[in-house]
Order: sequence, then C-alpha cells, then structure tokens
Amino acid sequence: MTTMTTAQDPIQHWDTEPHHHAEGASTNIGFWIYLMSDCLMFAVLFAVFGVLGQSFAAGPGPKALFDLELVALNTAFLLLSSITFGFAMLAMFAGNKRGTLGWLAVTLLFGLAFLMVEIYEFYHLIHLGAGPQRSAFLSSFFALVGTHGLHVGFGSIWLVTLMVQISRKGLIPANMRRMTCLSMFWHFLDVIWIGVFTFVYLLGMI
Amino acid sequence: MATIDYSTTFLFGRLNLSAIPQEPIVWATFAVVAVIGIAVLAALTRYRLWGYLWHEWFTSVDHKKIGIMYMVLALIMLLRGFADAVMMRLQSVLAFGGSEGYLNAHHYDQIFTAHGVIMIFFVAMPFVTGLMNYLVPLQIGARDVSFPFLNNFSFWMTVGGAVIVMASLFIGEFAQTGWLAFPPLSGIGYSPWVGVDYYIWGLQVAGVGTTLSGINLLVTIIKMRAPGMTYMRLPVFTWTALCTNVLIVASFPVLTVTLVLLTLDRYLGTSFFTNDLGGNSMLYINLIWIWGHPEVYILILPLFGVFSEVTATFSGKRLFGYTSMVYATVCITVLSYLVWLHHFFTMGSGASVNAFFGITTMIISVPTGAKLFNWLFTMYRGRIRFELPMMWTVAFMLTFTVGGMTGVLLAVPPADFVLHNSLFLVAHFHNVIIGGVLFGLFAAINYWWPKAFGFKLDVFWGKVSFWLWVVGFWFAFMPLYILGLMGVTRRLRVFDDPDLWIWFALSGLGVLMVAGGIGAMLVQFGVSIWKREELTDHSGDPWDGRTLEWATSSPPPAYNFAFTPVVHGLDAWTDMKRDGQTRPRAPHLPIHMPKNTGTGVILSALATICGFALVWYIWWLAALSFLGIIVVAIAHSFNYDRDYHIPVDEVDRTEAARDRQLAATKA
Amino acid sequence: MQTLKRIAWVAPLLSLAACKAEVLAPTGDIAAQQRDMLVWATALMLIIIIPVMAMIVWFAFRYRASNRRAAYAPDWSHSTKLELVIWAIPLLIIVSLGALTWVGTHHLDPYRPIQRLSEGQALGDETPLVVQVVALDWKWLFIYPEEGVATVNDLVVPVDRPVEFRLTSSSVMNAFYIPSMAGMIYSMPGMETKLHGVFNTPGSYQGMSSHYSGAGFSGMRFKAHAVAAADYDQWVTETRAAGGQLGRAEYLELEKPSENVPPRTFAEVDGQLFARVVNMCVEDGKICMAEMMEIDRNGGTDLAGTMNVHALTYDREARRGAREPALGWAPFFVSGFCTPEDELLMLSTRKTASAQRDPAPLRGHALPMPGQSRSTASLPLLSLMPGRDAGKL
Repeated sequence: MTTMTTAQDPIQHWDTEPHHHAEGASTNIGFWIYLMSDCLMFAVLFAVFGVLGQSFAAGPGPKALFDLELVALNTAFLLLSSITFGFAMLAMFAGNKRGTLGWLAVTLLFGLAFLMVEIYEFYHLIHLGAGPQRSAFLSSFFALVGTHGLHVGFGSIWLVTLMVQISRKGLIPANMRRMTCLSMFWHFLDVIWIGVFTFVYLLGMI
Repeated sequence: MATIDYSTTFLFGRLNLSAIPQEPIVWATFAVVAVIGIAVLAALTRYRLWGYLWHEWFTSVDHKKIGIMYMVLALIMLLRGFADAVMMRLQSVLAFGGSEGYLNAHHYDQIFTAHGVIMIFFVAMPFVTGLMNYLVPLQIGARDVSFPFLNNFSFWMTVGGAVIVMASLFIGEFAQTGWLAFPPLSGIGYSPWVGVDYYIWGLQVAGVGTTLSGINLLVTIIKMRAPGMTYMRLPVFTWTALCTNVLIVASFPVLTVTLVLLTLDRYLGTSFFTNDLGGNSMLYINLIWIWGHPEVYILILPLFGVFSEVTATFSGKRLFGYTSMVYATVCITVLSYLVWLHHFFTMGSGASVNAFFGITTMIISVPTGAKLFNWLFTMYRGRIRFELPMMWTVAFMLTFTVGGMTGVLLAVPPADFVLHNSLFLVAHFHNVIIGGVLFGLFAAINYWWPKAFGFKLDVFWGKVSFWLWVVGFWFAFMPLYILGLMGVTRRLRVFDDPDLWIWFALSGLGVLMVAGGIGAMLVQFGVSIWKREELTDHSGDPWDGRTLEWATSSPPPAYNFAFTPVVHGLDAWTDMKRDGQTRPRAPHLPIHMPKNTGTGVILSALATICGFALVWYIWWLAALSFLGIIVVAIAHSFNYDRDYHIPVDEVDRTEAARDRQLAATKA
Repeated sequence: MQTLKRIAWVAPLLSLAACKAEVLAPTGDIAAQQRDMLVWATALMLIIIIPVMAMIVWFAFRYRASNRRAAYAPDWSHSTKLELVIWAIPLLIIVSLGALTWVGTHHLDPYRPIQRLSEGQALGDETPLVVQVVALDWKWLFIYPEEGVATVNDLVVPVDRPVEFRLTSSSVMNAFYIPSMAGMIYSMPGMETKLHGVFNTPGSYQGMSSHYSGAGFSGMRFKAHAVAAADYDQWVTETRAAGGQLGRAEYLELEKPSENVPPRTFAEVDGQLFARVVNMCVEDGKICMAEMMEIDRNGGTDLAGTMNVHALTYDREARRGAREPALGWAPFFVSGFCTPEDELLMLSTRKTASAQRDPAPLRGHALPMPGQSRSTASLPLLSLMPGRDAGKL
C-alpha cells in the first residue's frame, strides 16, 4: 500500500545484523491456539449435551442418577490441583527445582484423586444399568464428562513425563516452556470442568 | 456381493477371507497397482534411492520438501478419485433400457462415496495444504514454519489417512453412504460391516494432521513475518492462507467430535444419532455441515490468493484494491459459519430459518463478487502476458462466475426445493470446485513450479492440458445442469428414461477429455523434466514476480534467505527491484535450522496401524499400537537436541554459487 | 472468449431439453411458482453476470501484452469510487434477491397449506386430500386415511385438489420428490414432515426418492397419477374392491427390504398405522415416541427406568445384516408404560410426534400427571430444543 521512501537514506532491504531468534518463541501462542481448538471440541460436546440432555428415553434422569456431594468433592480436587499447579509455577520462576517437583507431585495426586472419583461414578452408573447405551442423555453425558476425564488422564501422563524431565535436566528453558504449556492445559481443564459442573450437574439437579 | 462372514477371532478380529472383494474390477486394479508398486520398489532398490528418500525427503522438516510431498500425494490420489469418476460416468451411460450397467449397488455406492471423500480430503486438501506449506514461509521471508517437526508429522498423518482409505479398496469395503456418511444409514444398524469404519478412521487420522498443520501455519504467519511486514503488507496469498488456517483450526475440531460420536454409536452402541432411545440424526447433519461449509472456503480461499498473485504478476500491475481484497477475505471467513443450513433446506426447518440462511448465503456472494471485480480491474490497463498461469486464471474467472451464479440460485430456498439433491447441484459444486480449486491449483503449479525446481514447465503440453481440461469440464458438467433441470437426482445407479441417455453420453465424452487433460499434464511434467536444461531459469524470478519468494534462488536453499528481508510495502520484491537492491555483502553467519527426524513417520505409521486394527476389531493390535504412539511421543519429548547450525562456509558456498548463477543470467 | 462461445452453443440444446425439463415446465402450481423463483433469481443475477463475463473477455483481449496501443498503468491500484461501485452493485442485487427470497420462502413453505389451485383459480371448499407417506426399504407406502386404502409405489390423486402429504420413514432418511408437482422434502424415521402440493393437469408423472438411502435406492421410483375427481372416486372404489389388508403385522412384513417393488394396493388399512410408524411403535410392546417424550418432559423416570428394557428380538436393522456393537450391549428396546387403551387414545388424539405441545392424560408407573411437574422444562436454554420436531434440533 504505502511505500516508505526517504530521499536521503537508501532503503535497507535486508537485515544483515547478527541476531538470534529466541528459540521456541512461538510455542506458547501455538499451544494456546491448540487449546482453542480443543475448546471448540468441548463446545460441540456441550452443544450435543444441550440438544440431547433431555432425551432420557423413558429412562432415569439426572435427579435419579447424580450424587451432587461426590461431584462437589471431585470439583474441589480439581480446583485444588489448579492452585497447586500455580504454586509449582511460582517455584519454577523462583528457580526452585525441588519445590517445583514437590508441587507437581501434589498436583498429580489431586488429579489422580479426581480421576478415581470419576471412574467410580462411571462404574456406579453402569452398574445401575444407566450406562452410555441407555439413552441419548446418558450417551452425551458420558461423552462430555468422559472426554474431560481423558484429558485429565493424558495431562497426568504428561505431568509425570515432565517431572522426570525436570529432575533429569533441571529447569532449563525447554522444560520451562513445557511447564508453561502444561500449566495452560491444566487450568484450561479446570475451566471446562466448571462448565461441566454447572451445566451438567447443577442445572440437571434443579 | 458374497455373504460376509461376521465372526471374529482374537488374532484377526473380523478380518477373514470374506474380506477379499468379490469384484473382478477390483482384482484387475489390484494386479495393476501391485505391478506398478513392485516396479517402483524394485527401481528404488536398484538405484539405491531408499536412503536418499528417507534422509532427504521422508524425514525432512523442510517446509518446501513437505509441501512438494503433499502435492505428490494429492496427485496420486487425484488419479484414484478420477478413476472413480470415470467408472460412475461409464455406469450411467450403460445402465439404460433395463440394463443394470456393469456395477452392482454394493460396488457403485462405494465408488461415489470414495470419489467424494478422496477428492475433498485427499486431493483438494493436500494440494491446498502443500501449496500453503511451500509458499507461506517464502512469502513472509521466514526460514521455515514455526513447528517444523509438527509439519512433518502432519504430512505423514495425512498419508496415513490416505493409506487407510486406499486399503479399503482391496481389503473389505468402503462406506456406501455418500461422502458425509449421514446417520442412521451410517449407523451400525444399516452399515454393519467395515465400510463406514474405514471412512471414520481414515478421516480421523488425516484430520489430526490437518488440524495440526492449520495451527502450525497460523502461528507461522502470526509470529514469523519478516521485519516490516505488517498485516496490511502481507502478500494476498498469505492473507488467504491466514484465513484458511483460522477456518481449519476453528472447524476441524467439529468434524473430529462429530465422527467420534458416530464412532461411539457404532462401537459402543450409544444413541447420539440413532432412531431409538432419544438419538437425533438431524444433530449429525447440522454438526457435519457446521464443519462442512467452512471446509468449502478452506479449499477455495487459498486459490483466490493464487489468482490474485497471478493476475497482478501477469498484468504487470499492482493488485487492484488490496485492502478491499483483504476485507472481502475476512468477510467470507466469518460468513462461512453462518450458512451451513443451506445444505438442508429440505429438512423442514421452517420458512424463517430457511430464508435467513438463504440470505446469509447470498451475502457471501458480495465479497466474492468484489474479489472478481478486483481481479478484473487488475487486468484493466495492464500488460497481460498469457502464460499458462494466466490462462488458467481467465478460465477460472469465466467458469467460476457461472458456478457462483448457480450457487446463489441454490441458496434461494424455493428454488432449492426443486434442485436440491439433483444433478444440477452436482454440476454446481463441481463447477466451483473444479473451476475454482483445481483451475487455481493448475495455475499455481505452472506459476511456482520454476521456483520449486529451477525450470519452467513445457508450454505446449501445458496448453494441450489446459484446453482438454477446460473444454472437457464444460462438456462433462453442462449436461448435468440440464439433467438436473429435467428432474434427475444424484447417486442413481440405473435410469429408465431413454431420453436422458444423450446427456449422460455427452457428459461421458467430457470426462474422457478431462482424462486427456490429466494425461497431458503428466506428459507435461515428464517432458519438462526431460527438457529441463533448455527450460532452466537461473534468475529465480522467471515471471517478473512481485512477492518475496522470487527474491531467492530457484530452488531456494534449505534456509530460504541468507539474510532476513526487510519489508517496506506491499509487493516487497517489486520494491526491491525498483530500488535496484543488491544482494547483501555482509559476512554470512551460521544459520540455525531444525534437524530432520523420523519420529513423524513412525508415529503416523503406528496411527495408521491403530486405525486399521480398529476397523477390523483387532483389539490387541489397536491397544498395542496406541500404546506405541504414546511411548514414541514421550521418547521424542526426551530428545532435546533438535536443531543444528548450517556452518558459515556452507552458506558461503551456496551463496557464491547463486552469485555465479545470477552473473550468468545477466551475461 | 472460447468459453462464451461454448455457452452459446449449449443454449439451443437447453431449449431442446426444455420439453422434457420437468423442473422448468412443471404442471403443478407449486412447482410452477418455484420455477418462477428460479427464473427471477437467474434474471436478477444475469444483470451482473453478463456484463462481468463480457468485461473479463474484453479486458483480457484489450490489455493483452502484444497490444501496445492499450493504456498501461502499472501503479494504478486504487479508486475509492470504483470500490464503492463494485461493492454496491452486487449488494443491491443481493438486497433485491434477498427480499424476493424472504417473501418467496414464506410463500412457498412446504408446510404452508395451499392458498390457490393455480394462477387465477381460487380454492374451492373441499378439504385437502391427506396422503400419509412412508419411505420403506426401498419402496414408498402411501396411506389414504380418509379413504382407508393404501398403495405401494403408486400414487393416485385428483387434479385441482390440494394434497397434503405427511411423510415419515421406517429406517433411514429419504427425500420425497415429484418434480412436476412441488419441491422435495426429507422423510425421516421417528419424525413427521409435511409437503403441500397440487396437480393442475391430468397425467402420469415421475416420483422418486432423491436422498440416497442404501442399496435399493435407484429403484425407489413411483408414478404419480393425477386424475379427474370422478376417476379418483372410481379408483378408490376399485381399490377397496381389490382386497388386501394392511395391519401392523402386514406392515412389518412389508417393511422388510426389497428392491424394484411393483405397485400394489390395500383395501383396508389400520387407522393408527401411520401414527405408530411415526412413533416407532408398530412392534408389540415397544414404547411409542409420544409416550417416551412425555415421560422425558417430566424429567425421566427414576432408577426403575433402567429395568424397563428388553432384549430386541425383532429388529429391522438386523435385516441389513446388523450386529450388536462390538463393545456395547445387545440391542434392546424400551417397553411402554401405558395400557393399550391409553396408547390408542394417545395416538388418536395426538396425530404426530411433532405436534405435542398439548399433553393428553397419561397414566404410568410412578409418574405424575402431566402438567403437575414441569420443572425441568423451565430451563430456558434446554427447553428451546424440542425433541423430535423435524428440522429443528
């Protein structure tokens, strides 16, 4: 559009100065965009639940199935794990390797506790005869909550991997980048869970 | 169709001898493919090319090589998809007057499904992705994409998807559902065997690649532009690539989830899209088109970019109305999410809903029309050189205008009630996809081939191919428009009205001409490679180009640019030429580049095996290969040594060779 | 330019084809109006398309590189006035086309009862003829509820009397299409869609399924005969005399997949059959959609609802070779809660699954009377989604 022309200086068309591109400068934004695409997947699952969530096929509805106290406990586990991940990040920025690893371990424990409770809930429902096959409502419930659970599961595997990597290589820039990504991932799952808790469980129990 | 043996065994799942297709046509195809395959493998072994291919291509993270590999994949799949088209047209010429034709329903229904799936997912998509991969980093003055390894991995996942779809030709069957696999037909109840499963896993494996490549290119454009290249100085092709990748990232997850839910219905017996137990098949149709309509623009937008570049270059002019071109692209991007319902006006949504989506669809034609005018006024007062890319562009402008018009017609709900699912519709979308996407790709191939390989394409065979394609296209699809107006609907296998025959015959004639066009194009490639010495271009800028990719040598060195270009306006290379820029003489520096890796190949091979195992219910293999993916991915993350520096003396040598080349051109 | 020539060459052929082109020369008033929309929209667009194509050819020719007499302005790349024009003209066309579309779409909504017999011919006082259409694998069943007869793959309707089609499907999606009469509309299992049309000229016209539905799809063709009113009455009398009964058992037999089925008729039809097909409860013991949706509207059942399922021994899906899902349960169905009398009442008071705004009394285990507990429906977001209204999620 506009061409910068200055009469005095010849225009510099090439940058010949030696300078270094920061390595991995795009990682954060790249991971962020990935999270947005993941978010869209959850959006579709929420929409599916919105459409099918009332189709009980003359079977049990949320009031007959959900145990709100158990889910509240589970929510607490996941929210706490987000906080402890925050502490892990603080420790990382302080250069405290042992603190980082310690808080990551706590986060992992909370994450696994969350998964255990969720697996118990699923087992319980299937045992009652309210598995994902019983109705479209249950299909969409299992798909939405299960997808979230799978994400937490993969997050946990990643977390273990990263703990090994940090303990081996220390808090080098590559590992710090990975920490930042995993941290975004973990908090993202927390946000999704708040949506699940609100729209699936709380609204279902009204 | 022979009876299918549904029994399963632990070792092979439901894979047994009944998986061998009972079609002589398929056996003959298999024989031909096997002979060609063995010949290629033997040649590779004979000339000791395995190592070269593995080290220089398969494991390469160079965006240029990956781009070229995408194009090769698309070209191979084009032959398969086109063979399907020929078979369909032959059937519709033969199946008259009580004749059943030569294809039974089981075979014919697979063919039209495979044709659609392959042409969209494994021809058009790899062509477009390959083009963006090759050009975007060069146009923005970058050395590679943001995540080079991911790029390699994405490519191989696309290959994996293609392999799964191709395997269905010889082992089992492909889906018989139409290319979007609407339930309940695609549910386990009505498609009990492996066809739909091949469809699902083929698309899922390829879809991972597409999404990741979308993220990659998006980040590349956001973060790696040369200094001075603001968004309003981006080359138009890069702008369209930006919008395309936004669309990919914001629509492919919808496809992924929709197919996952269909998978759950088929494998677990859930009730998302079933008739019973509260399922809702209309939900699938809505979801798939929420992905499907943006997908149309994913395909066409980059080609709009190509036409802009080609028109400006060959008219020897600045692009007319760059700003409005950019806004038109962005408008189309946003609007493409607001029109999906026009694919099923006939589902009974009510007049207001139908009218709303009809009108939003028409509104898209406004920015599209503006683009056409912009190309038109770029030609106005230009000096138009009718080289091959420009010929394709003019053919596109004329063809696409007709396709656009019939598209707006179909957007008028009352008109759609009589034209939906008719051959008029089929003619319309071929009109825009061939006339828009394919013509654009042929323009692009002719335009950028010299950049990629250092020599131009043969003009004579190019023109033969051009005329056969363009004339053949009109012969193949004008009759379909007419048949649609005669009330003939799509996907029919046999016909009873003898008056229709002449139109199908004309269409078949057109398809033969297109076959000639494809043949001529392959000959064009062959002849050009043969005569590459006399077609050589040393300048790196054979067309008097305007954007940065023409500022480097042809083919560009691995690092693209020894020094980063600095951009002061649109058409950066034109500015450089006008200012009489010289190649910088500063001492070279070591160049930091990513290392090649075989991880992408391994991961996608495992994913392909996993998909195949899931198709056939071979659970142990599926579990093992999935575990393998995780283990390999984790192992890869323990490799911190992923880059290296090209030493200064190597850069010096490469640049000195370039100096000699340029000097030879001037002399 | 070559392309233009080719189009010009096709034009006479097009008019040659027009004598067969049912879409361009239909005999039914609705299809004729749809054709008019098509022609108007085309004409509106040609206002811009023709000049554009002419300009493409003219500019390409005029500014060819070898023509040194043509002006050359390499840096001319912007003109606000021109930009305004090139955005405004398409916009104006689209605004007028949009207005046309809005009016036309409402006017020609397939759900809207016919307002006139044809141009200049007002409606008489007769009621529309109701035809219930079921897309089976792979043939069409037409039920005439008023006459109590039914046909397969053969549609007979009087001319100059509006016809109201009510459509559903037994297994997968199809689309019902008689090009000469009115546009197409999908027929979908468990849902009811509607189409209004009229024939104005006696004759036999082609009808078909226009949405792919599986192996026998090509053979889902039928003849639509438009006959004079007297001939229609005679046809009904003959059909009644010809015998044949279509009850639930016969329907289940008829429903089994078959291809290229020759026309046949039934003299007597179960009055509730269509309602049962739409509600997917032709089989004994299976819950009707209407009842299921009523229960769902009241928040589902309690845990007893997990016990109310039975193994599906009868399954139309099995006819296409279905197997149970690899990792799932054996196919099952939900049995009804209603007594047979309630069920009959429900099916007769509520004609379709999609018209269920007004719940009739229901009696079931542990269920409150409808209207007493509708609390779940008060969720504004979720209640926007009626369950089975065709076309709406």
